[in-house]
Amino acid sequence: MDQLILRHASDASRLLQILREMQEHFGHIPPHSISRLAAKLSIPRARIESTASFYSFLHLKPHGEYRVLFSDNITDRMSGSQSLMELMCQQLWLQPGKVSEDGLVSIGTTSCTGMCDQGPAMLVNNRAVTRLNHQRVQEIVQLIRNRTPLNDWPEDFFRVEDNIRRGGLLLDNALPPGTVLRAALELGGQRIVETVKASGLRGRGGAGFPTGLKWEACRNAQGTDHYVVCNADEGEPGTFKDRVLFSRQADMVFEGMTLCALATGAKKGFLYLRGEYRYLLEPLQTVLQRRRENNLLGANILGKSGFDFDIDIHLGAGAYICGEESALIESLEGKRGVPRNRPPFPVTHGYLQQPTVVDNVETFCLAVMAVHMGAEKFSAIGTAKSTGSKLISVSGDCQRPGIYEYPFGVSVREILKDCGAVNTAAVQVSGPSGACVGESEFDRKLGFEDLPTAGAFMVFDESRDMFEVARNYVHFFAHESCGFCTPCRVGTSILKQTMDKIAAGHGTRHDLAEIENLDHVLQSSSHCGLGRTACNPVLHTLKHFRPAYESKLKSLDFEPAFDLDGSLARARQMTGRDDAGAHLKENE
Amino acid sequence: MSDSFQLDGAPICFEPGQTVMQAALAADHYIPHLCYHPEFTPHGSCKLCTVKVNGRTTASCTLPAEAGLVVESEIEELNALRRTLVQMLFAEGNHFCPSCEKSGNCVLQALGYDLEVQATGFRQLFPDRPIDASHPDILLDFNRCILCEICVHASSEVDGKNVFAFAGRGITKHLIVNSESGLLRDTDIALADKAMQVCPVGVILPKRVGFSMPIGERRYDRSPISAQALEDAPRTPSGAHHE
Repeated sequence: MDQLILRHASDASRLLQILREMQEHFGHIPPHSISRLAAKLSIPRARIESTASFYSFLHLKPHGEYRVLFSDNITDRMSGSQSLMELMCQQLWLQPGKVSEDGLVSIGTTSCTGMCDQGPAMLVNNRAVTRLNHQRVQEIVQLIRNRTPLNDWPEDFFRVEDNIRRGGLLLDNALPPGTVLRAALELGGQRIVETVKASGLRGRGGAGFPTGLKWEACRNAQGTDHYVVCNADEGEPGTFKDRVLFSRQADMVFEGMTLCALATGAKKGFLYLRGEYRYLLEPLQTVLQRRRENNLLGANILGKSGFDFDIDIHLGAGAYICGEESALIESLEGKRGVPRNRPPFPVTHGYLQQPTVVDNVETFCLAVMAVHMGAEKFSAIGTAKSTGSKLISVSGDCQRPGIYEYPFGVSVREILKDCGAVNTAAVQVSGPSGACVGESEFDRKLGFEDLPTAGAFMVFDESRDMFEVARNYVHFFAHESCGFCTPCRVGTSILKQTMDKIAAGHGTRHDLAEIENLDHVLQSSSHCGLGRTACNPVLHTLKHFRPAYESKLKSLDFEPAFDLDGSLARARQMTGRDDAGAHLKENE
Repeated sequence: MSDSFQLDGAPICFEPGQTVMQAALAADHYIPHLCYHPEFTPHGSCKLCTVKVNGRTTASCTLPAEAGLVVESEIEELNALRRTLVQMLFAEGNHFCPSCEKSGNCVLQALGYDLEVQATGFRQLFPDRPIDASHPDILLDFNRCILCEICVHASSEVDGKNVFAFAGRGITKHLIVNSESGLLRDTDIALADKAMQVCPVGVILPKRVGFSMPIGERRYDRSPISAQALEDAPRTPSGAHHE
């Protein structure tokens, strides 16, 4: 452990990385090691516990030699993840969320792991396993029983397909690494900024802030150091484009970050990679090393004296909220991923309170293309206010799930046709925080003018219960709320309870009214976008699929959530009874 | 002449660096609040102080005051929002006012009265939050914690001790203390600490003090919190709150 801390230079801002490596090494983070770490880093132990307990993948208690987490996105469920998890629990004599008595294994669920095009998926000790089925689960059970080390599991289990279905500007890029950077050195920082501004490029993380303006603001901001951060905390359920960009175009991502460094004067960059993509760490480090060897990173890049820049990879540890840029910066500094108060914004007060650009993976790639092609050619692609192309992650009820690259302005209907979707009832565009689009809106076009999107495109056919889709998303938001502000912390939990009440057949019209009231409270007082959008899935499905809700409601105006028979469940479990006599009758 | 903004139609003068909340309180205008404490840096987590600025809602305790802002606070829409937030806090913890030592001195309870919260509103979450009675002089009753963060700031910023912190996430977020055992007796907290004096509800209590002030004569029994908050507000020596 001392070695590990030394490797991180006893730097408290690297706390999350230290904890993550401790977790990888020991399987959990024991209390005495926290005290020891606190002494070494000269910070209170409560701060370490505070950080560690924030992230889903860090455990303060033993959590089993094998920690199995089933991806719980709606697309995983639609392909049978729930019954596979049940099967695994049965075979290993386990209850979800509990550790087996011999300390061998624990089984639980986790938010979308970004494998929606090849699900159901799971993480075993943080390694992604894809394409689960009955047989694969049984093989995994055997491997766990035999205590087979993960490295000796069949390689095919861990295979992640790119599933590129339609290429374009980014995915078809074949420029040798360094080409654009070399050309950009001639341009200089100011003209890079001007080109990116003129290209009309907007951030691809969803919010669509003009990238050139962000770079310019950071360039002009006063500070001792400037930083470039690549946001690869791709946590929005249904999104998996960054995963594919890293597998196909890693050089382009790093080239974009280096361009940004040239434009802003940053010497240091961070790639914040979501913990679910742990398997990408070594391949990406290899790319970074190659770029250093080719003088595309490091000191005096491409021979230009004083142009120094290097990139460090930080891994997340299971917290969707860290995709919010200021929460991501907090996490980079080794803290809980809680969004900051703004103003000030990261461009002036970001990482360590210094000017910082935080951009999405795809945005950095597109900046490379904008500089390469020139603003005019680049802005000719897409629409007036949404220039360039967009990667769409297609999953759900269609024949060809995977990654599709389109110029902005493509209609929902066109994508549905291309991916082979039939009898489509709805599409969730841009994930749970985006919009649920019904058939009447399939001619709407993707772009900031109409349907903004970070890339998720989950397809639901007529056989799906859209209420259950919304309920899945509501559970997601409750699980991922950081807990900082009252409305989101409590509101998302209450919303989850209300949806569960309706699902259990106890819902009334009063509950629908309560959902609308909660929505107002969350939208008007939440600290960040998570709370503000947490009601969206419910409101949008209510708008398009109200009967899916109403068919579950009781005719009464009000019914208490208290379920008399349900409250006897514990007694039934303890006495091992489940016969009719152990249940109350409906009308008793 | 200093700059000013509008709050519910009244001009409020402010000093550079003040937030809307700070300037309003100094100028004798009350905006309901809970996690804001005049002695510490505002962080804006409870959201009770949400106001409307040029049509958009935002927490006023963290919003930097700016000349020309048009701020609305005392409107039914926002008070309804505040009522709901108070209801949420009551539902989130385990609050039994009649048996609580802090009753009458409790900010949450006082806000409930002042905002006319008349029903629980939500189903109680009834969390399991064991109390910590390990310390010889101090009791921690986590049941009443509203996660306002004030004790965390007081302990680190004033006492220099970091006795308190938050663990967990979302609805499982909870207060912890700085010891390997997780018990207060193994921390360096002391009765004279600032952290002992700031809890707005009844979490951090000195032992062997019970109902020394009769109910009915306590702080918020005497006058409502909206009046008391103004008395507590720090005034700038120049008397800038006078127009």
